[in-house]
Amino acid sequence: MAIQWDIHLDTLGLFCPMPIIKTSKKIKQLVIGQVLQVVSDDEGIKKDMPAWCETTGHEYLGLEEEINGNTIHYKTYVRKTK
Amino acid sequence: MSTTAKLDPQVALAELQERKPDRVTIVVLSGSMDRVMSAFIIATGAASMGMQVTMFFTFWGLNVIRKPGVSSKARDWLRRAFGVLNRGGADTLPLSRFHFWGLGTRMMKLVMRRSRMPGVPELMDMAKDLGVRFIACTTTLGLMGITKDTLLDGIDQFAGVSTYLAEAKDAQVNLFI
Repeated sequence: MAIQWDIHLDTLGLFCPMPIIKTSKKIKQLVIGQVLQVVSDDEGIKKDMPAWCETTGHEYLGLEEEINGNTIHYKTYVRKTK
Repeated sequence: MSTTAKLDPQVALAELQERKPDRVTIVVLSGSMDRVMSAFIIATGAASMGMQVTMFFTFWGLNVIRKPGVSSKARDWLRRAFGVLNRGGADTLPLSRFHFWGLGTRMMKLVMRRSRMPGVPELMDMAKDLGVRFIACTTTLGLMGITKDTLLDGIDQFAGVSTYLAEAKDAQVNLFI
């Protein structure tokens, strides 16, 4: 079942550290409790997003992988907690 | 991209004491594009994770924070000559390997541009934007014939080893690149 989200962030084509930088800026636009969906085609996001959440204290909700031609889109979900 | 205004030291200190963020210090000694890029990737990544990041630029690392195309204004000719031979500017850094008189570095930059990867100047702007503090080492500035007025605006401090150690002893991550 797909995870419900409120705000979407597209980081396709961007490399480390851009997805994380953009996430840290975008999360400021959410209200507490809302969920941010971050889409990336950089495989590093699979480990980086949980690590970012652990450090910043936001809640990591999970990962979905979607095959799109030759690339995989990694969709990660973060709930703003503070 | 906008740069962050200089922090009021007292406000900043009060905020830090309350927040107690993890701290990172990075000594940037190298002036090689690949190494400097790594330094900025770690700096911007850490800042995005809510850490307080300070970068100390020394020796060849000072080339990163020099204004491009501005020649040295050192008083004695030896240092001035050195400042002229040693080109500055974040966009002129050579690769540490495969520079091949500029060809290798140009190829690398082309590949980076094609894949929309930010280079050193862009990463540096981002770091400033995220509140990363820049400190220039005064001793090596003098040694290398680089004068303050030929450095970029927005250098937070000009300082020495004690300032570095005072920061590093309270930091959880200290890197030397």
